[in-house]
Amino acid sequence: MNAPQPYLRKASQSPKGKGGEKRALPASLSRNAPLVPVDSAGGQALAAVIAILTFLAALCAGGAELVAASSAQWRSEIAREVTIQIRPNPQRAIDDDVARAVTLASRTPGVERAQAFTKEESERLLEPWLGSGLDFKDLPVPRLIVIKLKEDTRPDFGPLRQSLQKDVPGATLDDHALWVSRLSTMANTIIGTGIFLVALVLIAAGLAVIFATRGAMAGNKEVVEVLHFVGANDDFIAKEFQRRFFKLGLRGSAIGAGAALALTAALGLVTRSWRASPAGDQIEALFGAFNMSLTGYMVVILIALLVALITGIVSRLTVRRFLNGNG
Amino acid sequence: MRAYYDEEFDEGPGVPSVRFENVGVRYGMGPEVLRDLTFSIEPNSFQFLTGPSGAGKTTLLRLILLSVKPTRGLISLFGEDVSRISKDELTDLRRRMGVVFQDFRLLDHLTTYENVALPLRVQGKEESSYRAEVVELLRWVGLGDRMHMLPPVLSGGEKQRAAIARALIVRPDLLLADEPTGNVDPSLARRLLRLFIELNRLGTSVVIATHDFSLMDQLNVRRLVLGDGRLHIDE
Repeated sequence: MNAPQPYLRKASQSPKGKGGEKRALPASLSRNAPLVPVDSAGGQALAAVIAILTFLAALCAGGAELVAASSAQWRSEIAREVTIQIRPNPQRAIDDDVARAVTLASRTPGVERAQAFTKEESERLLEPWLGSGLDFKDLPVPRLIVIKLKEDTRPDFGPLRQSLQKDVPGATLDDHALWVSRLSTMANTIIGTGIFLVALVLIAAGLAVIFATRGAMAGNKEVVEVLHFVGANDDFIAKEFQRRFFKLGLRGSAIGAGAALALTAALGLVTRSWRASPAGDQIEALFGAFNMSLTGYMVVILIALLVALITGIVSRLTVRRFLNGNG
Repeated sequence: MRAYYDEEFDEGPGVPSVRFENVGVRYGMGPEVLRDLTFSIEPNSFQFLTGPSGAGKTTLLRLILLSVKPTRGLISLFGEDVSRISKDELTDLRRRMGVVFQDFRLLDHLTTYENVALPLRVQGKEESSYRAEVVELLRWVGLGDRMHMLPPVLSGGEKQRAAIARALIVRPDLLLADEPTGNVDPSLARRLLRLFIELNRLGTSVVIATHDFSLMDQLNVRRLVLGDGRLHIDE
């Protein structure tokens, strides 16, 4: 056993320099500075790349969401309407046929109301093509019955179709299934393309992070070596890189997502100011009024978080691979 | 609070801290820079490692630190054969060693305090558990008023002392110091040497690599002399 250490105790009471006087220590003397400095020019460039990629991904996802929401609206509107068309037949009284078809349609379960267009209303439908002021008396103008369905119901029109065939010859039932299916296909294609583009952008972000991490590892080789010598294990070092890159990714993705949301808001304002024009009507018909739904905002925020997470995780895995490869 | 260096310890013979058997090192296809190294560093021992510049002192220290792999021979640290250890075991062994590099290897983006506290931080310890200890050691090495400064603004001697404090803060079982007094004036060199002696008294094996004979002449301890790639032990 050793005796007390007079030299060290004496020295600790009277150190060289001016820092010897005892003072109450503050709660923390550490600035919690990152152990691996990645906020270099390369780090800033990565943040810019991530911001641009997130911006593109958010636009893709936001656009797909707009189309999805609009197409769902179109489909639900079209799917809630079914039309019966009755062609005129000289051997039959068309008004009786119309009344019979309305009765048959009204009896069908799931139908909210069946409304027949009057002769005048039917003729007015032709005005855009044939012009006004024409005498339609000699024209065999078909009559239409618009059937409004109850919400969230898909009635079986088989029995109605059979009854119409039997009781109202010349009547055809159009449930718009073809249109709905075409619209669905188009909307699903746009949504699928959007998801594919978002996935591509995320992969590109991941690759950019791999390159940036390897660059940061090479640039901080001495730091990594010192960390190893003072007892840091690979996992600790990988976590430090992950922490730094996650923050960098979060900053970049927040800027990108913010810019995408700002652009959407700006486009919304522009389309609102164009609303009266034909071009504005077309854009609004396709995309709605550029009013992103809550889901749209959530998707954009989710993408920003996903990009930041990918940045952190990919950097950690890259560091682990790099350290394993370098003994 | 208990003074940093007041702790006593039980001395006694045990497994050598370091044991080399016929160790040789070559870089690439070149000749062996170190060959047939056979020696032990006993627990609680003090030795100088000396030899002319380029004799391989730093390489030998790196072999002990396991940052250079031997091309032949057997190395064991604290009784463990290092040829088949896992990465986690390697980390555990390194945590039992303190090292003072010739070029200090302080992290320039961390303050002196943060540099000295680094070995404790990487072990996942809370700052509150080591803050007072780090400050006390910094004051002891005369860096009490430099603790918030970044290394680039420290003098060579201050960097040296910060590097030494970083090696000592974990109270290592084995201290490896590469030219630890190379950048300080003779009086500070003597003071640092006394610090190493005190540390050794507290149970740490100390290996000081130096070619400063005036420093070595101050102590009558074992000298490991490297020359022509071979080791000669001067007891």
